[in-house]
Amino acid sequence: MIQEKQILNIEKIRADFPILSRQVNGKPLVYFDNGATSQKPQEVIDVIDRYYQNENSNIHRGIHTLSQEATTAYEEARLVVQKFINAKHEHEMIFTSGTTGGINLVASSFGKKFLNKGDEVIISTMEHHSNIVPWQMICEEKGAVLKVVPINDKGEFLMEEYDKLLSENTKIVAVTHVSNTLGTINPVKEIIQKAHQKGAYVLIDGAQAVPHTKVDVQELDCDFYAFSGHKMLGPTGVGILYGKEEVLNQLPPYQGGGDMIKTVTFEKTTYNELPHKFEAGTPNIVGGLGLAAAIQYMNEVGIENIEAYEHELLSYATVQIKKIERIRIIGEATQKASVLSFVVDGTHPSDIGMIIDKLGVAIRTGHHCTEPLMNRFNIPGTARASFSFYNTKEEIDVFIQAVERAVKMLR
Amino acid sequence: MNSIKEIQEEIVEEFAMFDEWMDKYEHIIELGKELPLIEEQYKTDENLIKGCQSRVWLHAEMQDDNIVFTADSDAIITKGIIALMIRTFSNQTPKDIAEANVDFIDKIGLKEHLSPTRSNGLLSMVKQIKMYAIAFSVQSNS
Ligand SMILES: Cc1ncc(COP(=O)(O)O)c(C=O)c1O
Repeated sequence: MIQEKQILNIEKIRADFPILSRQVNGKPLVYFDNGATSQKPQEVIDVIDRYYQNENSNIHRGIHTLSQEATTAYEEARLVVQKFINAKHEHEMIFTSGTTGGINLVASSFGKKFLNKGDEVIISTMEHHSNIVPWQMICEEKGAVLKVVPINDKGEFLMEEYDKLLSENTKIVAVTHVSNTLGTINPVKEIIQKAHQKGAYVLIDGAQAVPHTKVDVQELDCDFYAFSGHKMLGPTGVGILYGKEEVLNQLPPYQGGGDMIKTVTFEKTTYNELPHKFEAGTPNIVGGLGLAAAIQYMNEVGIENIEAYEHELLSYATVQIKKIERIRIIGEATQKASVLSFVVDGTHPSDIGMIIDKLGVAIRTGHHCTEPLMNRFNIPGTARASFSFYNTKEEIDVFIQAVERAVKMLR
Repeated sequence: MNSIKEIQEEIVEEFAMFDEWMDKYEHIIELGKELPLIEEQYKTDENLIKGCQSRVWLHAEMQDDNIVFTADSDAIITKGIIALMIRTFSNQTPKDIAEANVDFIDKIGLKEHLSPTRSNGLLSMVKQIKMYAIAFSVQSNS
């Protein structure tokens, strides 16, 4: 406890997030829906505000000062992201609309170039719909086959089963770094190595990992890594697709339009270089600037500190929640990020969610966009509390009491 | 038999007693628990209205000149609200149901439960009730 106070000054951090001081249904807000989206610090809000007040202008196409300033700021944001995930080149950062946007880009462009009839794509049981459906779509189009790596009852990726599925037919493996529903941290480095041994490429869905743990794409050696700004203190509508230069260069563009071209004639268009080849149209400029501000904030707090503190929160919450009768934690992997999914036998998750909402506690209930995973556990959904580094143990106490009260009412 | 309008007024009055959210929910949960709402044989996929959060089954049949609704849900708060809907609409004529204005949910402060974000199937249930009413009145006219 004392040690944790030394790691992070939570009081000070909380003061940076204006929304955390508001009330909900007459109660102080306890925000435990960070897996869905995180809250934003004042720095990020200010950047967005300032941009529209003082700096607004289109990028990459203006001769005038404002446009040049905006272009510089946007390209600097790209550098901030590059450094954050330790990519080799800045042009390996493709600005997208989010994780979903990034995965769809890869599924479509990679599929066009590399997938043929009978080829195989491997995903896992714990994928978010946005890392399932794009692959189903392209597999259907190309006559390729989607293979799914099963998990054990604790919610862990089964490496032996993966070994069996991997073959010369495997063209790409797409798995999540951290499960949004279970919290499982997957051994992605090993997954990547094994795929590469078979000559397959790898995409990692990092939506739930980047906000909570240090990600180094060179160390991981993944071919693609996708994540969203809004889950890591940034604004909605912006995300990053990292791709290795030599792989991205082989892919055809995703969308056509302005910014992604070098020259256009009605006979033939030549495409722009990376990253612009994959960034057609006016991007979410303010989103990019907001994301950079969010990363700078995380850097100041320190990602290692964030990870350590969130781990403490998770351990504390796990111990506390087990005191509730007939509770079942869904997702008990040895390696877990700050996600606590549970069901209470004899109650429905949505009932718990609705009641504790009236007590000011925001969690998510339902299938969390992982329906196949819910089917694997034979449950309709879970209640999920997901923590961020601005949360506290006191808030966990409020949450536990709220759940206890709900359960009492419901039984 | 009271009219749909009268029943809705009754419900609004009943809920006026509660100023606390928790009391209101407790009452709804009681209503949900009390009612064995649907016969197992009618809990079919055809009768299932799937929401993102909870599942709702709705069965309708004509008895004499009235439609009798039975329903169920796997979530108890949803089930309690369903019980109120059944009280309002069951045993009424297709014409009355089709023409009825559903305002009690709003008046008792549960409007959020009909919002699409709740995705609990209640909104679809109201639509489905109306559809049955229209379908049955077409049947009885022809
Ligand atoms: C693991 C995972 N992948 C992908 C996504 C999709 O992210 P977005 O909706 O920001 O595109 C999410 C968000 O819920 C997620 O948790």
